[in-house]
Amino acid sequence: MPEVALTGVTKRFDKTLAVSDLSLTIADGEFVVLLGPTGAGKTTTLRLVAGLERPEEGRIEIDGRDVTKTTPAERDVCFVFQQYSLYPHYTVFDNLAFPLRAPGRKRPAAEIQARVEEIARLLRIESKLKNRATQLSGGEMQRVAIGRALVRRPSIYLMDEPLSSLDAKLREDLRIELKRIQRDLGATILYVTHDQLEAMTLADRIGVLAEGRLVQVGAPREVYERPNDIDVARRLGSPQINLVPSGTLGVEERPAAATTVGVRPEDVLLHREDGVAAEVLAVEHLGVETLVLLSVEDLTLRALLGGHAPVAIGEATRIAVRPGAALFFDERGRRITGPETGSPKTGSPKTGSPKTGSKSEAAYGT
Amino acid sequence: MSAKSTAHSVVEASSGGKWLAGGLVVVYALVTMIPLVWIFLTGFKSPPDSISYPPKVFFEPSMEGYVNLFTTRTRQTSEYIESLGPPETWYDEIVRKRNMVIAGPSKFADRYLNSIVIGFGSTFLAVFLGTLAAYGFSRFKVPLKDDLLFFILSTRMMPPIAVAIPIYLMYRTLGLSDTALGMILLYTAVNISLAVWLLKGFIDEIPREYEEAAVVDGYSRLQAFWKVVLPQARTGIAATAIFCLIFAWNEYAFVLLLTSGEAQTAPPYIPLIIGEGGLDWPAVAAGTTLFLLPIVFFTVVLRNQLLRGITFGAVRK
Ligand SMILES: Nc1ncnc2c1ncn2[C@@H]1O[C@H](COP(=O)(O)OP(=O)(O)O)[C@@H](O)[C@H]1O
Ligand SMILES: [Mg+2]
Repeated sequence: MPEVALTGVTKRFDKTLAVSDLSLTIADGEFVVLLGPTGAGKTTTLRLVAGLERPEEGRIEIDGRDVTKTTPAERDVCFVFQQYSLYPHYTVFDNLAFPLRAPGRKRPAAEIQARVEEIARLLRIESKLKNRATQLSGGEMQRVAIGRALVRRPSIYLMDEPLSSLDAKLREDLRIELKRIQRDLGATILYVTHDQLEAMTLADRIGVLAEGRLVQVGAPREVYERPNDIDVARRLGSPQINLVPSGTLGVEERPAAATTVGVRPEDVLLHREDGVAAEVLAVEHLGVETLVLLSVEDLTLRALLGGHAPVAIGEATRIAVRPGAALFFDERGRRITGPETGSPKTGSPKTGSPKTGSKSEAAYGT
Repeated sequence: MSAKSTAHSVVEASSGGKWLAGGLVVVYALVTMIPLVWIFLTGFKSPPDSISYPPKVFFEPSMEGYVNLFTTRTRQTSEYIESLGPPETWYDEIVRKRNMVIAGPSKFADRYLNSIVIGFGSTFLAVFLGTLAAYGFSRFKVPLKDDLLFFILSTRMMPPIAVAIPIYLMYRTLGLSDTALGMILLYTAVNISLAVWLLKGFIDEIPREYEEAAVVDGYSRLQAFWKVVLPQARTGIAATAIFCLIFAWNEYAFVLLLTSGEAQTAPPYIPLIIGEGGLDWPAVAAGTTLFLLPIVFFTVVLRNQLLRGITFGAVRK
């Protein structure tokens, strides 16, 4: 049974269409990440599920119950806010205990104590329980904020960019911890972010939002390999996908309607005997990988190579696109699917079964 | 920032500048303190000392001013006073030196009590109603919100004396003249505009997410207000309360016009303490000293809250 189902949900603020005809189901124990730029309607979607906003149209169900018109308290959800997540006038313990002391679901003091300590251990903040909420580092605050949600066992956890205010190292640590905790607890999570790396690593399924509309939903690799349109292709992957006019780079087998060709940086191959002439403009050593900026036929191209790739600035080389790896988009930016693009990828480590469509419910591990 | 830094920092004054600023503040404080110190000292002078010329800085302290403040006295012949036998209390003794006997308590204690009831009562009401109104204006869609807020502010634009006569007539009809309730309502009405505007500013600064988190966790709106908003608005509430109390405590014009006996507060009473041969300065000074105490006390108790409250916005983390 789906834990949460949104059907045709629409929300307007005056003239702004914040969420438009959004339908999404989240299965029990699933980790769904909504990915989109600022203003895409991510926060609004979470607030609609939580009941902090009322939709103009559509239905929201939690555990098979229509909750469209009920108050937040009646919905059995938890919300981790983007900021301002802790009460500054309480200690860490009281912050964590706060949800358990709510009138409707008040627990005995001993149980609260035990539960808070359990969660504090899980998040490795036991030693901070007596601190004031304001006497914590950013990472600790965010742990407590997540802990405040985890002390309860709601139908669904809603998390609004909980890691966005942290520095890169902490973000990575907490990301891994969050995934571990979610697996251990079997929690159902709807998570919002604008960071594609977070989306790719955390999600069982990614939903790509743009201007209030859900453009594509699918497993991370599925969305990465078979984006519905140029926008989704650009949204996922770092460094970004190369988008070039059709007919360049020596990509031969292309559908007639294609106007733009998308090539992931890792699918650009250097030092090919029979390739297109190119010049190396810049080389960035990223450690495990090397990012190379190339000039080809008046185009600038990003290529991602191994850590010790032998390239030098100014070097002339010949490049090719990994066979079958190119993505084709029509003039409206939609990806062209169907038999023309069906030639299987060869030699690509990322080959998946070339299933078309985006309805797959398969949950890939990461 | 390093405390040892010798370079001129943009945000921190140089140590020379600090000393200069500190010195100026001390000098200014001393200058403004002199009248207060003089009033305090005068309260402990005898009436002749209080009007001696040149003024006496060193004098023999006496409780006469305080005794006179709290009592009414009648002049008697020395034979009559002798017939009473030796004085029973220290204040009897002070009074008899001036050939007088205590006839009864003065009205000062009553007036002072009125000040406390009216001052604190109206402050409590103004802050209570102001907090609720400010919360409403801050968080809900109120029709004509801006116009209402302007209207509330506009009640403060007229000088009190301009509305004094209408209020006088109104109160006479309503039976509120010379009642503590009438004065509490009046001061509440005057203060509430200040309270709403100040508190709305403070509550606007508290992010809504706090309440929303509480509501999602299963608290009602009112409980969220009580547990989450109020504790964080504490500094603002303290600052507002002090401002309201200072106004109500010091108010003179309305109370002079609207009260005569029962509900009069201390301010119109103190200047009228007449002793023999004119004003009884030590008693006036004693009354003034006692009158200043509550405000000083509360300002000192709440000074940390007050400082943070007044400088809010300037020091966001
Ligand atoms: N309370 C609100 N009032 C008016 N407009 C809003 C409100 N909340 C969000 N919006 C608008 O709705 C759109 C989506 O906002 P939001 O859901 O916060 O985006 P995101 O979280 O993806 O950055 C934005 O254009 C934003 O300006
Ligand atoms: Mg947002």
